[in-house]
Amino acid sequence: MSDVTHEIPERIPVHIVVNGVGHTLDLVPWTTLLDALRDHLALTGTKKGCDHGQCGACTVLIDGRRVNSCLTLAVMKDGAEITTIEGLAKDGTLHPVQQAFIDHDAFQCGYCTPGQICSAAGLLAEGRARDADEIRELMSGNLCRCGAYPNIVAAIQQAMGRP
Amino acid sequence: MNNFQYSRATDVADAIRLLAADPDAKLIAGGTNLIDLMKENVERPSRLIDISRLPLRDIEETADGGLRIGALVPNSDLAYHPLVEQRYPLLAGAILAGASAQLRNMASVGGNLIQRTRCAYFYDTATPCNKREPGSGCSAIDGLNRNHAILGTSASCIATNPSDMSVALAALGALVHIAGPSGQRTIALTDFHRLPEDKPHVDTNLGIGEIIAAVELPKHGFARNYSYLKIRDRLSYAFALVSVAAALELDGNAISEARLALGGVAHKPWRSLEAEAALRGQAATPDHFSRAADLLLHGATARSHNRFKIELARRAIVRTLIQAASATPQSQAHKKIA
Repeated sequence: MSDVTHEIPERIPVHIVVNGVGHTLDLVPWTTLLDALRDHLALTGTKKGCDHGQCGACTVLIDGRRVNSCLTLAVMKDGAEITTIEGLAKDGTLHPVQQAFIDHDAFQCGYCTPGQICSAAGLLAEGRARDADEIRELMSGNLCRCGAYPNIVAAIQQAMGRP
Repeated sequence: MNNFQYSRATDVADAIRLLAADPDAKLIAGGTNLIDLMKENVERPSRLIDISRLPLRDIEETADGGLRIGALVPNSDLAYHPLVEQRYPLLAGAILAGASAQLRNMASVGGNLIQRTRCAYFYDTATPCNKREPGSGCSAIDGLNRNHAILGTSASCIATNPSDMSVALAALGALVHIAGPSGQRTIALTDFHRLPEDKPHVDTNLGIGEIIAAVELPKHGFARNYSYLKIRDRLSYAFALVSVAAALELDGNAISEARLALGGVAHKPWRSLEAEAALRGQAATPDHFSRAADLLLHGATARSHNRFKIELARRAIVRTLIQAASATPQSQAHKKIA
């Protein structure tokens, strides 16, 4: 019989700042940022939808850029600043995108909403969308199975200051 | 996802050393394709070598007026770089036609070049696939092959290369700078990807222990007469059924230089020097575009479900050349095809 040994990787200390709070987590290297947020930091606002980068429910901001946290290894983001849906509101005031989603009823079941809002916050920071078509195109990484798209576009237009 | 060891490369030489030392190790940068494939058990690396912090993130002008793009530049940063927008709008458009904003923020230029096919059988570990498991057979040849290749196929594989960026790079005559155990070398983008032949598990001509350091664009960017037209099953965030990169240099209505490359139809971006030569010196008219399309599609072969692609590609080539000639490039946001 062959003697098969499996080298078990050590847990790796990962320091990340999430919504302004620093955390050091000891993680096995295959832990995605999504799982680190949900299972290690109990920040379950970020949703696991497809877990393959196709639906956008897991969208968070890393150092201000929107990314799919399900395709991100937490260990690779040591030192990064991460903003999740839980961290968008400041001093009790909703982020303009959050307020706009409420104003425009831009959701139905709500499962995709944290990802939609984080993605829209990233879109605003990028400054590339100027009209509804460009919003639709640059939000195409966020699926909404309830089909709230018209209201999502309207909400983002409001947040952009272009009603 | 399988268990794996993790190493953070300290410099390019360290990455090459780690990669050459373990044939089952993989480089990781953006991770958008590799992590997905690992979750599907298609890729099972023993070790991931994190190169994301290496200093390969610069976009610099070259001495002869071109642009050198570090392999770790995110796709979005490349597409929105002022010099790319001004001088290489064909490349900017092709990048923005691919993936989603989030994925473009993550994915690197080097990773885009080595991303794997999205053939459903390649992804499905329950089915034979010569690309995933050499010698096991091809499930697509007699299977659901609507999305599959019509050019350059083999009896072993009919998978397509999924990249949009590479199609524009092929048309623009880009170079790929490679670093490896025996030093640096440079090859044309059109020689970077392979046809499947009898080794479809080998996507590219990268050697063992080699990594992509940079992509270089020549000076001529075709910034006036160009278009990238991508035809797909939904208007955004889908892989191409057929895509066309067209770039023309016009002297009045006469074509002095022409570049054409197809995506979604072969194992690599598809160019034909004959098709481009046939356009040079001709008037920019639909008749001449149609003849170039026939030459570019010479030898196209359909399987049971993808016959439509040949005519779709023919019409898309003509349409894209019309857009390029009239300086009305396809918008990647406003989807109406002019």
